[in-house]
Amino acid sequence: MGEVIVVTSGKGGVGKTTTSANIGTGLAAAGHSVVLVDTDIGLRNLDVLMGLENRIVYDLVDVTSGKCRLKQALIKDKRFSSLFLLSASQTKDKTDVTPEQMKLLAAELKETFDYVIIDCPAGIEQGFYNAIAGADWAIVVCTPEVSSIRDADRIISLLEAAGLRNPKLIINRLRPGMIKNGDMLNTSDILDILDVELIGAIPENESIIISTNQGEPAVMDKNSKAGEAYRYITRRIQGEVVPPMNLDEPHGIMVSLKRLVGIR
Amino acid sequence: MLEFITHILGKENGYSKTVAKERLQLVLIHDRASMSPAMIDSLRKELIEVISNYMEINETALEFNLCQDDKEVALVTNIPFLKMKRDYAAKR
Repeated sequence: MGEVIVVTSGKGGVGKTTTSANIGTGLAAAGHSVVLVDTDIGLRNLDVLMGLENRIVYDLVDVTSGKCRLKQALIKDKRFSSLFLLSASQTKDKTDVTPEQMKLLAAELKETFDYVIIDCPAGIEQGFYNAIAGADWAIVVCTPEVSSIRDADRIISLLEAAGLRNPKLIINRLRPGMIKNGDMLNTSDILDILDVELIGAIPENESIIISTNQGEPAVMDKNSKAGEAYRYITRRIQGEVVPPMNLDEPHGIMVSLKRLVGIR
Repeated sequence: MLEFITHILGKENGYSKTVAKERLQLVLIHDRASMSPAMIDSLRKELIEVISNYMEINETALEFNLCQDDKEVALVTNIPFLKMKRDYAAKR
């Protein structure tokens, strides 16, 4: 029996889809069978991040409405044969699926996959309730900014009200320089405020933009700091106890030379 | 040295995160309280119960509010009561 994890945030643009793509890919790279489910109906992006946008024939609404069988809608990843994507529809909207349907779908997927990663849309309307319906536990993504943390707090309250207790936090887009200067909230400030367990912290990193451009999740990039953070998170999801990563940007002439040559 | 110069020039760096943290803590008290009116109700009921062990209160005139200014949020209550109970020791 697999695990169903929903990746949510409340606030938009903080890195839910990027996180879903990267932890899904990381878990598949570790040998597990993984299915990524995009529930952002109408504004799908998980397909683009995975580089699979050309391969979509059937989508989530086709499956839940019975237009096709589940197997027909699962798109195999380019790199890993145990990784699949169930894409959202681009032409429907979030009221075309119900939480009850999502619960059944999650239960079915759980039987064949080790991990079911559900990418939740921004907001707290039906899209959110669809995404959390079948989940076993939740990852909340936030950035070190006031609005994102406030929304994350709301989402945590809603998750707990829905029975998804003890969600795990990912803090994304940290800038160690600003933190050192006292211009950005650090990890322990945010944990003080939100009072949840941290599962990972990801630095602001240009490699994410490049990986999205190419449709290749950064977790596979050995030179990417963000990729390294996602690799840490993937290990924690599997139950490994991993010490926190050092997010500080390294200094020195070797680093400047490396940057010149293109090693991030 | 650089910090000294920027300090003289009046550049306000290195403080904003403290402001952010304080603002967040205040705004979240309000957000959480409005998220669960049930919790506030329950708190009110339990408070009335405890106070009623010692005095008879005028429940209709009871005030029970979250008040906020720049610095803090406080639970402010006004509890008019009609008489002190004689047998409070027995209830403990």
